[in-house]
Amino acid sequence: MTNATQTEAAKAPQFYLEEEHHPEGSTMLGFWIYLMSDCLIFAVLFATHGVLGRNYAAGPSPADLFDLPLVAINTAMLLFSSITYGFAMLQMERNAKMETIFWLGVTAVFGLSFLGLELYEFYHLIQEGAGPTRSAFLSSFFTLVGTHGLHVTFGIIWIVTMMVQVRLHGLIPENRRRLMCLSMFWHFLDVIWIGVFSFVYLIGVIG
Amino acid sequence: MSSQPHSLAHEDAHEAHHGHSHGHEAGHGSLRSYMIGFALSVVLTAIPFALVMSGALDSKVATAVVVMGLGAIQIVVHMIFFLHMNQRSEGGWTMMALIFTLIIVGIALAGSLWVMHHLNVNMMPMTNEMMKNMP
Repeated sequence: MTNATQTEAAKAPQFYLEEEHHPEGSTMLGFWIYLMSDCLIFAVLFATHGVLGRNYAAGPSPADLFDLPLVAINTAMLLFSSITYGFAMLQMERNAKMETIFWLGVTAVFGLSFLGLELYEFYHLIQEGAGPTRSAFLSSFFTLVGTHGLHVTFGIIWIVTMMVQVRLHGLIPENRRRLMCLSMFWHFLDVIWIGVFSFVYLIGVIG
Repeated sequence: MSSQPHSLAHEDAHEAHHGHSHGHEAGHGSLRSYMIGFALSVVLTAIPFALVMSGALDSKVATAVVVMGLGAIQIVVHMIFFLHMNQRSEGGWTMMALIFTLIIVGIALAGSLWVMHHLNVNMMPMTNEMMKNMP
């Protein structure tokens, strides 16, 4: 009797896992792979700028256009926002709901000031007649820096969303997972910005 | 003979321990590690800006090399102290994805610059005058 059921069970193969393969944590890996694909987008934009960055079409060069003190302040804003997001994560570890929301708010403010300064810079450049249509250098510059700015914009929208979510539902596991993904996203944007200020602004001004 | 089961059991225990902390270590860092990362970032940002703005180095090439070198170091600092990269997170798969991406990025960047540089070299020389009269 038992022998018969055993062979019966052996005959029916199972093509699925009975237990959850990755009970938790695969979201982090998936999000990391998304970030890596995002990294490839930025890599090709950097490559484009590397190729076209010296084609001024007899127009203005980086040394004529870029205001390095402004870029330095911009960089500081993004760096401060990175460390304040770190503080938000530390408060999350401590289960401190209001403190987490507070530091998320501070991060959003730094992010917004970064965005404001960048838009001011873009506006200024376009006013001077150095818009994206002026030369290949400016086309690739606006595409690369604009794509980064767009990412920061969506990051800020995400931060505000998480502030509301944490306020409404508290630091539940779902919100913790989302905050960790956002943490990776936000720090990743700072990493990209290191490339931008080194390769585009500083190397550009050196000439 | 006797060492094999032992090492297997050891690996098993390691795996079990890892499975437990799975996905939990991804976003972790202490105040100390964040502050170290922040301090290093500030220094590594301030030096290239100061170099370029003051023009301390006479050679443009040397300045460019220092700027790119410090930028690369700062990226590594961010990866370690802010993104908490290590060989263990997600069973090593994040590191694998990162290495793969870095290889592709290297090919894309170096390949583009290399090919397009040769293209430029082989173009007919152009004066600024001709450039202005381009359609």
